[in-house]
Amino acid sequence: MSYRLEGNTGSWEVVCGLEVHAQVISESKLFSGASATYGGAPNAHVSFVDAGFPGMLPVINRECVAQAVRTGLGLKARINLYSRFDRKNYFYADLPNGYQISQFAHPVVGTGEVEIELQDGTIKQIGITRLHLEQDAGKSMHDQHPAKSVIDLNRAGVGLMEIVSEPDIRSPEEAGAYLRKIRQILRYLGTCDGNMEEGSMRADVNVSVRKPGEAFRTRCEIKNVNSVRFVMHAVEAEAQRQIAVWESGGEVVQETRLYDPARGETRSMRSKEDAHDYRYFPEPDLLPLVLEEAWVESLKAALPELPDEKRRRFCEQYGIPFYDAGVLVAEQAIADFYETVAKGRDARLAANWMSGDFFAAMNRTGKNIEDPPVSAVHLGELLDLISDQTINGRIAKDVFEEMVETGAAPGAIVESKGLRQVTDTGAIEVAVANVLAANADKVAEYKSGKDKLFGFFVGQVMKAMAGKGNPALVNEAVRKGLGG
Amino acid sequence: MSLLNLTIAAAADALHAKKISAVELASAHNEAIAALNPRLNAFITTTPELALAQAKAADARIAAGEAAPLTGIPLAIKDLFCTAGVRTTAASRILEPFVPPYESTVTAQLLAAGAVFLGKANLDEFAMGSSNMTSGFGPVENPWKRKGSDARLVPGGSSGGSAAAVAARLALGATGTDTGGSIRQPAAFTGLAGIKPTYGRCSRYGIIAFASSLDQAGPMARTVEDCAILLHAMSGFDPRDSTSAERPVPDFRAAAKRADIKGLRIGIPAEYRMDGMNTEVLRLWEQGIAWLRDQGAEIIDISLPHTKYGLPVYYIVAPAEASSNLARYDGVRFGARVDGEDLIDMYERTRAAGFGAEVKRRVMIGTYVLSAGYYDAYYLRAQKIRALILRDFTEAFGKVDAILTPTAPSAAFAVGEKMDDPVTMYLNDVFTVPASLAGVPAMSIPAGLSAEGLPLGLQIIGRHFDEETVFAVSAAIERAAAFTAMPEMSR
Repeated sequence: MSYRLEGNTGSWEVVCGLEVHAQVISESKLFSGASATYGGAPNAHVSFVDAGFPGMLPVINRECVAQAVRTGLGLKARINLYSRFDRKNYFYADLPNGYQISQFAHPVVGTGEVEIELQDGTIKQIGITRLHLEQDAGKSMHDQHPAKSVIDLNRAGVGLMEIVSEPDIRSPEEAGAYLRKIRQILRYLGTCDGNMEEGSMRADVNVSVRKPGEAFRTRCEIKNVNSVRFVMHAVEAEAQRQIAVWESGGEVVQETRLYDPARGETRSMRSKEDAHDYRYFPEPDLLPLVLEEAWVESLKAALPELPDEKRRRFCEQYGIPFYDAGVLVAEQAIADFYETVAKGRDARLAANWMSGDFFAAMNRTGKNIEDPPVSAVHLGELLDLISDQTINGRIAKDVFEEMVETGAAPGAIVESKGLRQVTDTGAIEVAVANVLAANADKVAEYKSGKDKLFGFFVGQVMKAMAGKGNPALVNEAVRKGLGG
Repeated sequence: MSLLNLTIAAAADALHAKKISAVELASAHNEAIAALNPRLNAFITTTPELALAQAKAADARIAAGEAAPLTGIPLAIKDLFCTAGVRTTAASRILEPFVPPYESTVTAQLLAAGAVFLGKANLDEFAMGSSNMTSGFGPVENPWKRKGSDARLVPGGSSGGSAAAVAARLALGATGTDTGGSIRQPAAFTGLAGIKPTYGRCSRYGIIAFASSLDQAGPMARTVEDCAILLHAMSGFDPRDSTSAERPVPDFRAAAKRADIKGLRIGIPAEYRMDGMNTEVLRLWEQGIAWLRDQGAEIIDISLPHTKYGLPVYYIVAPAEASSNLARYDGVRFGARVDGEDLIDMYERTRAAGFGAEVKRRVMIGTYVLSAGYYDAYYLRAQKIRALILRDFTEAFGKVDAILTPTAPSAAFAVGEKMDDPVTMYLNDVFTVPASLAGVPAMSIPAGLSAEGLPLGLQIIGRHFDEETVFAVSAAIERAAAFTAMPEMSR
């Protein structure tokens, strides 16, 4: 069912495209040798090039180009062997050169495609228009001094990838799914950490509305939205605003807007009339960027397995459902964790434990996959204890909780607590005999046709054995004891 | 022997033979600067103590038998090259307080070769000008005079301070930069040799940018050989400048000393013969052709059909790049600042106070030609014609080994002349701009005197990275011209 917003004049379709700005993971900045790492004292990671000093020249960082190419390959996009840098001219205090070096006319990556999955399981392709490299600006702070603004240039010159989508997105949900998917791919590739809170990934959201079947109407651009949730809210809020404008007989004007998460609305930043004239022209300090096909191929050969492929492989190789596979490949580290656990074991059992008790414990303890509540090795050992019938499934849950609590190995917990499953048929038969003797009335009821009581007897036996009885053997012994 | 009138080659020989010391040589120049600079204003900043200290180190190097080619040679450095710890202004008030903490690659290489720096030479503000009249630190006076006249003449520009210093015997050589003729035209106006090498031959790292796709450093000196010695030290690949060429530096000095030019094909472009051309300049050009023919060169008439578009293209491309390059002078991080009500007001006040009229004019022109709606008609079109100008040269160099033209349309003019209209001033660059747009090497050599007794230059243009042929042909002109005239004040 397509997403529609209902107005007074009927239903409206939302049209949305995203420009994602993703900070490149690299040792040094895009055009200088200064450190590109996050943090550091203000202005600690600034070279004379970054500060725009006279006579300083940019030199392209090969690793940043490699990261952009890897990302392009991950987005199944065309890699442009010839690309070029341009200057985007505007004055601002945290833009030291008075221009940003960007790629306007000839981006390093061309058209590509990203697959998103919606709540109802629908799969949809979102087109990628382009990906280009550009410099980040510094940061102006206006709240550090009563009369002055202060500037931190640590971020100035850090490489950014701007990933531009086609206007293929049709709902807030799709916008969110797209952004999450881009982030997932970037993280898999190791080309951007995707931390929206730290600003290393942010999105400009282009929104317009139209009556279904119409041509595109005027769009507005919502700048610098910094979480998936806000992007989804911003799409809806802006679409509602535009519908109201159209329906009141007004006209949506093309402009740049800001999303205010506190009020859940967008506000005008500047209109087209006072938009900057960026005076783009080819950056004369840099030669065109010419890539060798063989180099691109070598990057391609070294790409990690990406989430879509991994998910399909998990389904085939481990025989787990498509949905479960999606959960397990959400993050590279989770997928790796799963594969460590599943290796040489019952892969479905491993998947169930991961999506069940393991994630529950992770959420409950506030831990993450890098610092998991139990290690992959221990979880694997626990599965081994289940498989070789040392413990049964019920006891395993107790052992798991103990592992979370103490960090001890499952084998040690089972031994120290004497949780080993009882497979001694003699002991089980004794326990069965005791239970049947103590519940003679129920035995009579059972024998008169109340079959459901079978479970009651099994439960009582297990209880008497402190849960350690081998379930299959207990079942068999109860049946035998009842004369079945 | 006058220490001031030596060539670099001769001074180096005398230093190596310990006939003179570097300290003596530096002191003599320091004294000459102290005496004449107040009048000529060739230097914005003089560094006599630094020069002496470097000279002492040079003497020690010579004594230790570790002399490099330029050890102890006193030079003037155009104040567009950043010099660590020495104020660097680009002749702009906006950089008046700027002391760079880094050294340009070219000056670093000269220092490594043992050179002694006497000071920072005056220039047109941000290298924008052809007369040195646009300097924020006052104009430079040409040491040459018209016969029987005391009128103050301009040294040309933008490397006018470098030219005046070397011509007035205040330095043995100088660095210049050339964007559209800023080495060659002042060299011609002051009776010096000066070469703009191929774009990419010298690193631009640490040179304050005017127009990045055109700016090239080069030497100015009194002989072709001296230019070759200096250029050798200034050249070479620099990983910090992406546009510098990764190719070996040839033995320029050997090229400058090449004995003959027999069989070289010299092109004479028809389009450089312009209507209403100065007859003295025309006659000198013809003389130059005869000199080369007499020495065995083959003279070939050629066509560079897009020559007439050179100036308009240059005055679109260079201001466009300049308007962007100069955006960084905003009062925020370095240089002069004039406080304002808010950020925009501070920008406006700072730039209004810090930039001179010519710089403002070019920033305005450049901003205009890059603006939405004008970009295609101006900047893009200019780039296309620039490609055609390059093609003119490429085709010509299929037929000839070098091209001979005049350097400038006239001899040095007086302060106040050609000042009424910027376009008249821009016409000074008509013969030099095409080689800049094409990126090919071009050299000016003094070839004679005008009737008024002022030096006139001829220009040799060569193929990309073929400075060797340019030096060889220039040396042939030099031999034939036997130019020995000196400005009276330095005799």
